[in-house]
Amino acid sequence: RLVCSFHVGIRGKDIVVLGVEKKSVAKLQEERTVRKICALDEHVCMAFAGLTADARIVINRARVECQSHRLTVEDPVTVEYITRYIATLKQRYTQSNGRRPFGISALIVGFDYDGTPRLYQTDPSGTYHAWKANAIGRSAKTVREFLEKNYTDEAIAGDNEAIKLAIKALLEVVQSGGKNIELAVIRRNQPLKILESKEIETLVAEIEKEKEEEAEKKKQKKST
Amino acid sequence: MEYLIGIQGPDFVLVAADNVAASSIIQMKHDYDKMFKLSEKILLLCVGEAGDTVQFAEYIQKNVQLYKMRNGYELSPAAAANFTRKNLADYLRSRTPYHVNLLLAGYDDTDGPGLFYMDYLSSLAKAPFAAHGYGRFILNLPSFTVRLIDKEGIHDLEKLTLGAK
Repeated sequence: RLVCSFHVGIRGKDIVVLGVEKKSVAKLQEERTVRKICALDEHVCMAFAGLTADARIVINRARVECQSHRLTVEDPVTVEYITRYIATLKQRYTQSNGRRPFGISALIVGFDYDGTPRLYQTDPSGTYHAWKANAIGRSAKTVREFLEKNYTDEAIAGDNEAIKLAIKALLEVVQSGGKNIELAVIRRNQPLKILESKEIETLVAEIEKEKEEEAEKKKQKKST
Repeated sequence: MEYLIGIQGPDFVLVAADNVAASSIIQMKHDYDKMFKLSEKILLLCVGEAGDTVQFAEYIQKNVQLYKMRNGYELSPAAAANFTRKNLADYLRSRTPYHVNLLLAGYDDTDGPGLFYMDYLSSLAKAPFAAHGYGRFILNLPSFTVRLIDKEGIHDLEKLTLGAK
Protein backbone atom coordinates (compact mmCIF):
# COMPACT_ATOMS: atom_id res chain seq x y z
CA ARG A 1 0.00 0.00 0.00
CA LEU A 2 1.33 3.38 -0.89
CA VAL A 3 1.67 5.89 1.91
CA CYS A 4 1.16 9.21 0.14
CA SER A 5 0.98 11.19 3.30
CA PHE A 6 3.02 14.06 4.49
CA HIS A 7 5.85 14.18 7.02
CA VAL A 8 7.83 16.95 8.64
CA GLY A 9 10.99 16.88 10.75
CA ILE A 10 12.32 19.71 12.93
CA ARG A 11 15.69 19.87 14.64
CA GLY A 12 15.52 22.00 17.78
CA LYS A 13 18.19 22.74 20.35
CA ASP A 14 17.29 20.12 22.94
CA ILE A 15 14.56 18.32 21.07
CA VAL A 16 13.89 16.72 17.69
CA VAL A 17 10.35 16.49 16.36
CA LEU A 18 8.76 14.24 13.75
CA GLY A 19 5.26 15.02 12.56
CA VAL A 20 3.20 12.80 10.34
CA GLU A 21 -0.15 13.18 8.61
CA LYS A 22 -2.41 10.44 9.86
CA LYS A 23 -4.60 9.24 7.03
CA SER A 24 -8.12 8.51 8.19
CA VAL A 25 -8.63 4.77 8.10
CA ALA A 26 -11.64 2.78 6.97
CA LYS A 27 -14.40 2.45 9.58
CA LEU A 28 -13.74 -1.18 10.32
CA GLN A 29 -9.95 -0.83 10.37
CA GLU A 30 -8.02 -0.75 13.64
CA GLU A 31 -6.23 2.56 13.70
CA ARG A 32 -3.23 1.66 15.79
CA THR A 33 -1.85 -0.86 13.29
CA VAL A 34 -0.76 1.94 10.98
CA ARG A 35 2.48 3.17 12.51
CA LYS A 36 4.65 5.45 10.41
CA ILE A 37 7.02 6.65 13.13
CA CYS A 38 9.30 3.85 14.28
CA ALA A 39 12.04 3.75 16.90
CA LEU A 40 15.29 2.34 15.56
CA ASP A 41 17.01 2.53 18.95
CA GLU A 42 16.36 4.34 22.20
CA HIS A 43 17.82 7.58 20.86
CA VAL A 44 16.97 7.42 17.14
CA CYS A 45 13.72 7.17 15.28
CA MET A 46 12.48 7.54 11.74
CA ALA A 47 9.38 8.36 9.73
CA PHE A 48 8.97 7.10 6.17
CA ALA A 49 6.91 7.97 3.11
CA GLY A 50 6.36 5.38 0.41
CA LEU A 51 5.81 1.63 0.30
CA THR A 52 5.06 0.39 3.82
CA ALA A 53 6.24 -3.13 3.05
CA ASP A 54 9.63 -1.90 1.83
CA ALA A 55 9.94 0.27 4.93
CA ARG A 56 9.47 -2.74 7.22
CA ILE A 57 12.53 -4.41 5.71
CA VAL A 58 14.72 -1.32 5.96
CA ILE A 59 13.61 -0.60 9.53
CA ASN A 60 14.31 -4.16 10.62
CA ARG A 61 17.82 -4.09 9.12
CA ALA A 62 18.46 -0.74 10.79
CA ARG A 63 17.29 -2.03 14.19
CA VAL A 64 19.61 -5.03 13.96
CA GLU A 65 22.48 -2.77 12.93
CA CYS A 66 21.86 -0.47 15.92
CA GLN A 67 22.24 -3.39 18.34
CA SER A 68 25.14 -4.88 16.39
CA HIS A 69 26.96 -1.55 16.60
CA ARG A 70 26.39 -1.44 20.37
CA LEU A 71 27.74 -4.98 20.68
CA THR A 72 30.93 -4.45 18.70
CA VAL A 73 31.96 -0.93 19.70
CA GLU A 74 30.04 -0.54 23.00
CA ASP A 75 28.60 2.77 21.87
CA PRO A 76 25.17 3.69 20.54
CA VAL A 77 25.09 4.60 16.83
CA THR A 78 25.35 8.22 15.79
CA VAL A 79 22.38 9.38 13.72
CA GLU A 80 24.71 9.91 10.76
CA TYR A 81 26.04 6.36 11.01
CA ILE A 82 22.66 4.70 10.91
CA THR A 83 21.52 7.06 8.14
CA ARG A 84 24.61 6.14 6.14
CA TYR A 85 23.88 2.47 6.76
CA ILE A 86 20.31 2.81 5.51
CA ALA A 87 21.44 4.88 2.52
CA THR A 88 24.14 2.35 1.59
CA LEU A 89 21.55 -0.41 1.80
CA LYS A 90 19.22 1.50 -0.51
CA GLN A 91 22.02 2.25 -2.98
CA ARG A 92 22.98 -1.42 -3.25
CA TYR A 93 19.50 -2.16 -4.50
CA THR A 94 19.86 0.45 -7.27
CA GLN A 95 22.91 -1.23 -8.69
CA SER A 96 22.28 -4.97 -8.37
CA ASN A 97 20.60 -7.00 -11.06
CA GLY A 98 17.19 -8.47 -10.46
CA ARG A 99 16.30 -6.13 -7.63
CA ARG A 100 14.24 -2.98 -7.55
CA PRO A 101 15.00 0.01 -5.32
CA PHE A 102 13.29 0.46 -1.95
CA GLY A 103 10.34 2.75 -2.57
CA ILE A 104 10.70 4.89 0.53
CA SER A 105 12.00 8.26 1.62
CA ALA A 106 12.89 8.51 5.26
CA LEU A 107 13.34 11.24 7.84
CA ILE A 108 15.71 10.09 10.56
CA VAL A 109 16.02 12.03 13.81
CA GLY A 110 17.83 11.56 17.06
CA PHE A 111 20.64 12.62 19.36
CA ASP A 112 24.26 11.52 19.13
CA TYR A 113 25.80 10.39 22.40
CA ASP A 114 27.57 13.72 22.73
CA GLY A 115 24.17 15.39 22.92
CA THR A 116 23.99 16.94 19.43
CA PRO A 117 20.53 16.76 17.82
CA ARG A 118 20.39 15.56 14.20
CA LEU A 119 17.89 15.32 11.35
CA TYR A 120 18.67 13.44 8.14
CA GLN A 121 16.68 12.65 5.02
CA THR A 122 17.27 9.69 2.67
CA ASP A 123 15.61 8.82 -0.64
CA PRO A 124 15.35 5.71 -2.83
CA SER A 125 18.54 6.55 -4.71
CA GLY A 126 20.55 6.16 -1.54
CA THR A 127 21.59 9.77 -1.06
CA TYR A 128 21.30 11.39 2.35
CA HIS A 129 21.53 14.94 3.60
CA ALA A 130 21.41 16.65 6.98
CA TRP A 131 18.70 19.22 7.52
CA LYS A 132 17.62 21.74 10.14
CA ALA A 133 14.03 21.18 9.14
CA ASN A 134 12.49 19.28 6.24
CA ALA A 135 9.30 17.88 4.83
CA ILE A 136 8.66 14.88 2.60
CA GLY A 137 5.60 13.54 0.85
CA ARG A 138 2.83 15.45 -0.86
CA SER A 139 3.00 19.24 -0.84
CA ALA A 140 6.53 18.97 0.57
CA LYS A 141 7.71 21.92 -1.52
CA THR A 142 5.12 24.33 -0.13
CA VAL A 143 5.89 23.30 3.41
CA ARG A 144 9.63 23.56 2.87
CA GLU A 145 9.05 27.16 1.77
CA PHE A 146 6.97 27.72 4.91
CA LEU A 147 9.78 26.29 7.02
CA GLU A 148 12.41 28.41 5.27
CA LYS A 149 10.47 31.48 6.32
CA ASN A 150 9.58 30.35 9.82
CA TYR A 151 12.58 28.35 11.04
CA THR A 152 14.33 30.98 13.13
CA ASP A 153 16.35 30.77 16.31
CA GLU A 154 13.30 32.12 18.14
CA ALA A 155 11.05 29.50 16.64
CA ILE A 156 13.16 26.67 18.04
CA ALA A 157 14.23 28.39 21.23
CA GLY A 158 12.33 25.98 23.45
CA ASP A 159 10.94 22.47 23.21
CA ASN A 160 7.33 23.62 22.97
CA GLU A 161 8.18 26.15 20.28
CA ALA A 162 9.82 23.48 18.13
CA ILE A 163 6.80 21.20 18.54
CA LYS A 164 4.45 24.04 17.62
CA LEU A 165 6.50 24.80 14.50
CA ALA A 166 6.10 21.19 13.42
CA ILE A 167 2.35 21.35 14.03
CA LYS A 168 2.08 24.65 12.13
CA ALA A 169 3.90 23.06 9.19
CA LEU A 170 1.56 20.08 9.30
CA LEU A 171 -1.53 22.28 9.50
CA GLU A 172 -0.51 23.86 6.19
CA VAL A 173 -1.16 20.54 4.52
CA VAL A 174 -3.49 18.54 6.75
CA GLN A 175 -7.07 19.60 6.26
CA SER A 176 -8.93 18.46 9.33
CA GLY A 177 -6.55 19.71 12.01
CA GLY A 178 -5.28 18.00 15.15
CA LYS A 179 -7.13 14.72 14.69
CA ASN A 180 -5.09 13.78 11.63
CA ILE A 181 -1.69 14.55 13.11
CA GLU A 182 0.68 12.10 14.72
CA LEU A 183 3.66 13.61 16.53
CA ALA A 184 6.76 12.05 18.02
CA VAL A 185 9.50 13.80 19.97
CA ILE A 186 12.88 12.81 21.31
CA ARG A 187 14.36 14.97 24.04
CA ARG A 188 18.05 14.71 24.90
CA ASN A 189 18.72 11.60 27.03
CA GLN A 190 15.07 10.60 26.95
CA PRO A 191 13.39 7.87 24.94
CA LEU A 192 11.02 8.45 22.03
CA LYS A 193 7.65 9.85 23.09
CA ILE A 194 4.58 9.77 20.90
CA LEU A 195 2.23 12.61 21.83
CA GLU A 196 -1.35 11.77 22.73
CA SER A 197 -4.11 13.33 20.67
CA LYS A 198 -5.16 15.39 23.71
CA GLU A 199 -1.76 17.04 23.93
CA ILE A 200 -1.83 17.76 20.20
CA GLU A 201 -5.32 19.27 20.47
CA THR A 202 -4.11 21.56 23.29
CA LEU A 203 -1.15 22.73 21.21
CA VAL A 204 -3.31 23.23 18.11
CA ALA A 205 -5.68 25.36 20.21
CA GLU A 206 -2.71 27.43 21.44
CA ILE A 207 -1.54 27.96 17.87
CA GLU A 208 -5.02 29.06 16.76
CA LYS A 209 -5.15 31.49 19.67
CA GLU A 210 -1.73 32.91 18.78
CA LYS A 211 -2.82 33.33 15.16
CA GLU A 212 -5.90 35.24 16.26
CA GLU A 213 -3.83 37.47 18.54
CA GLU A 214 -1.42 38.16 15.66
CA ALA A 215 -4.32 39.02 13.38
CA GLU A 216 -5.78 41.32 16.05
CA LYS A 217 -2.48 43.15 16.45
CA LYS A 218 -2.18 43.68 12.73
CA LYS A 219 -5.71 45.04 12.54
CA GLN A 220 -4.97 47.49 15.35
CA LYS A 221 -1.74 48.60 13.69
CA LYS A 222 -3.55 49.26 10.43
CA SER A 223 -6.31 51.26 12.09
CA THR A 224 -3.96 53.53 14.11
CA MET B 1 36.18 -19.13 42.87
CA GLU B 2 33.21 -17.18 41.50
CA TYR B 3 29.93 -17.12 43.35
CA LEU B 4 26.36 -16.22 42.35
CA ILE B 5 23.24 -16.43 44.47
CA GLY B 6 19.59 -15.58 43.91
CA ILE B 7 16.54 -15.65 46.18
CA GLN B 8 12.95 -15.15 45.08
CA GLY B 9 10.65 -13.38 47.52
CA PRO B 10 6.86 -12.86 47.38
CA ASP B 11 7.16 -9.80 45.11
CA PHE B 12 10.87 -9.41 44.45
CA VAL B 13 14.03 -11.26 43.48
CA LEU B 14 17.25 -10.62 45.38
CA VAL B 15 20.55 -11.43 43.68
CA ALA B 16 24.20 -11.12 44.62
CA ALA B 17 27.46 -11.82 42.79
CA ASP B 18 31.05 -11.58 43.92
CA ASN B 19 33.26 -8.80 42.55
CA VAL B 20 36.50 -10.64 41.91
CA ALA B 21 38.06 -11.11 38.49
CA ALA B 22 40.84 -13.63 38.92
CA SER B 23 43.21 -15.66 36.84
CA SER B 24 44.45 -18.66 38.82
CA ILE B 25 45.92 -17.23 42.07
CA ILE B 26 46.09 -13.60 40.90
CA GLN B 27 43.07 -11.40 41.69
CA MET B 28 43.12 -8.76 38.96
CA LYS B 29 40.05 -6.79 39.97
CA HIS B 30 37.97 -6.39 43.14
CA ASP B 31 35.25 -4.27 41.54
CA TYR B 32 34.08 -6.46 38.68
CA ASP B 33 30.33 -6.47 37.99
CA LYS B 34 29.05 -9.88 36.89
CA MET B 35 25.46 -8.75 36.36
CA PHE B 36 24.17 -7.80 32.91
CA LYS B 37 21.03 -5.73 32.57
CA LEU B 38 18.95 -7.39 29.85
CA SER B 39 16.00 -5.04 30.22
CA GLU B 40 14.32 -2.76 32.74
CA LYS B 41 13.33 -5.70 34.95
CA ILE B 42 15.67 -8.54 34.00
CA LEU B 43 19.22 -9.23 35.19
CA LEU B 44 21.55 -11.93 33.89
CA LEU B 45 24.28 -13.08 36.29
CA CYS B 46 27.09 -14.82 34.48
CA VAL B 47 30.21 -16.73 35.58
CA GLY B 48 32.47 -19.23 33.88
CA GLU B 49 35.21 -19.28 31.25
CA ALA B 50 36.97 -15.93 30.87
CA GLY B 51 35.76 -14.21 27.71
CA ASP B 52 32.85 -16.59 27.14
CA THR B 53 30.97 -14.92 29.98
CA VAL B 54 31.00 -11.39 28.57
CA GLN B 55 30.66 -12.46 24.92
CA PHE B 56 27.63 -14.64 25.61
CA ALA B 57 25.95 -12.31 28.08
CA GLU B 58 26.33 -9.22 25.85
CA TYR B 59 25.02 -11.17 22.85
CA ILE B 60 21.91 -12.12 24.81
CA GLN B 61 21.60 -8.56 26.13
CA LYS B 62 21.62 -7.01 22.64
CA ASN B 63 19.15 -9.56 21.30
CA VAL B 64 16.75 -8.85 24.15
CA GLN B 65 17.03 -5.14 23.34
CA LEU B 66 16.42 -5.88 19.63
CA TYR B 67 13.20 -7.67 20.58
CA LYS B 68 12.11 -4.55 22.44
CA MET B 69 12.84 -2.31 19.43
CA ARG B 70 11.05 -4.62 17.00
CA ASN B 71 7.97 -5.28 19.07
CA GLY B 72 7.55 -2.21 21.24
CA TYR B 73 7.56 -4.15 24.52
CA GLU B 74 10.13 -6.14 26.49
CA LEU B 75 10.58 -9.90 26.63
CA SER B 76 9.23 -11.56 29.77
CA PRO B 77 11.82 -13.13 32.12
CA ALA B 78 10.62 -16.64 31.26
CA ALA B 79 10.90 -15.95 27.53
CA ALA B 80 14.34 -14.41 27.96
CA ALA B 81 15.47 -17.42 29.99
CA ASN B 82 14.26 -19.85 27.35
CA PHE B 83 15.88 -17.79 24.61
CA THR B 84 19.16 -17.84 26.54
CA ARG B 85 18.92 -21.58 27.10
CA LYS B 86 18.20 -22.22 23.43
CA ASN B 87 21.30 -20.26 22.40
CA LEU B 88 23.40 -22.17 24.92
CA ALA B 89 22.01 -25.47 23.67
CA ASP B 90 22.63 -24.61 20.01
CA TYR B 91 26.26 -23.78 20.72
CA LEU B 92 26.76 -26.76 23.02
CA ARG B 93 27.16 -29.31 20.23
CA SER B 94 29.14 -26.99 17.97
CA ARG B 95 32.87 -26.48 17.75
CA THR B 96 32.55 -23.41 19.97
CA PRO B 97 30.42 -24.09 23.04
CA TYR B 98 30.11 -21.40 25.72
CA HIS B 99 31.28 -22.54 29.15
CA VAL B 100 29.08 -20.25 31.27
CA ASN B 101 26.88 -20.69 34.33
CA LEU B 102 23.97 -18.30 34.65
CA LEU B 103 21.25 -17.02 36.92
CA LEU B 104 18.48 -15.00 35.28
CA ALA B 105 16.37 -12.91 37.64
CA GLY B 106 13.39 -10.87 36.59
CA TYR B 107 9.99 -9.43 37.38
CA ASP B 108 7.05 -10.13 35.08
CA ASP B 109 4.12 -7.73 35.43
CA THR B 110 1.64 -10.62 35.14
CA ASP B 111 3.49 -13.57 36.70
CA GLY B 112 5.50 -11.73 39.34
CA PRO B 113 9.10 -12.40 40.33
CA GLY B 114 11.08 -15.25 38.75
CA LEU B 115 14.53 -16.77 39.20
CA PHE B 116 15.98 -19.11 36.58
CA TYR B 117 19.00 -21.36 37.02
CA MET B 118 21.01 -22.29 33.89
CA ASP B 119 24.31 -24.07 33.55
CA TYR B 120 26.87 -24.67 30.84
CA LEU B 121 25.15 -27.89 29.75
CA SER B 122 22.09 -25.79 28.92
CA SER B 123 19.85 -27.00 31.70
CA LEU B 124 17.11 -24.60 32.77
CA ALA B 125 15.17 -24.64 36.01
CA LYS B 126 12.87 -22.09 37.59
CA ALA B 127 13.70 -22.13 41.28
CA PRO B 128 12.83 -20.15 44.42
CA PHE B 129 16.51 -19.96 45.31
CA ALA B 130 19.69 -20.89 43.43
CA ALA B 131 23.43 -20.45 43.44
CA HIS B 132 26.53 -21.13 41.37
CA GLY B 133 29.97 -21.70 42.86
CA TYR B 134 31.51 -22.94 46.05
CA GLY B 135 30.13 -20.92 48.97
CA ARG B 136 32.88 -21.95 51.38
CA PHE B 137 35.25 -19.51 49.73
CA ILE B 138 33.06 -16.47 50.39
CA LEU B 139 35.45 -15.37 53.08
CA ASN B 140 38.20 -14.93 50.50
CA LEU B 141 36.03 -12.67 48.37
CA PRO B 142 36.21 -9.05 49.55
CA SER B 143 32.86 -7.79 48.30
CA PHE B 144 29.57 -8.64 46.61
CA THR B 145 27.30 -6.56 44.40
CA VAL B 146 23.70 -6.91 45.59
CA ARG B 147 20.63 -5.95 43.55
CA LEU B 148 16.90 -6.27 43.99
CA ILE B 149 14.28 -6.55 41.24
CA ASP B 150 10.64 -5.70 41.93
CA LYS B 151 7.72 -4.18 40.06
CA GLU B 152 9.48 -0.81 40.00
CA GLY B 153 12.60 -2.20 38.33
CA ILE B 154 16.18 -2.94 39.30
CA HIS B 155 17.51 -1.41 42.53
CA ASP B 156 21.13 -1.30 43.63
CA LEU B 157 21.61 -2.23 47.26
CA GLU B 158 24.63 -1.62 49.44
CA LYS B 159 27.66 -3.74 48.54
CA LEU B 160 28.27 -6.56 50.96
CA THR B 161 31.78 -6.77 52.31
CA LEU B 162 32.56 -9.95 54.21
CA GLY B 163 35.68 -11.49 55.68
CA ALA B 164 38.61 -10.06 57.61
CA LYS B 165 38.94 -6.28 57.47
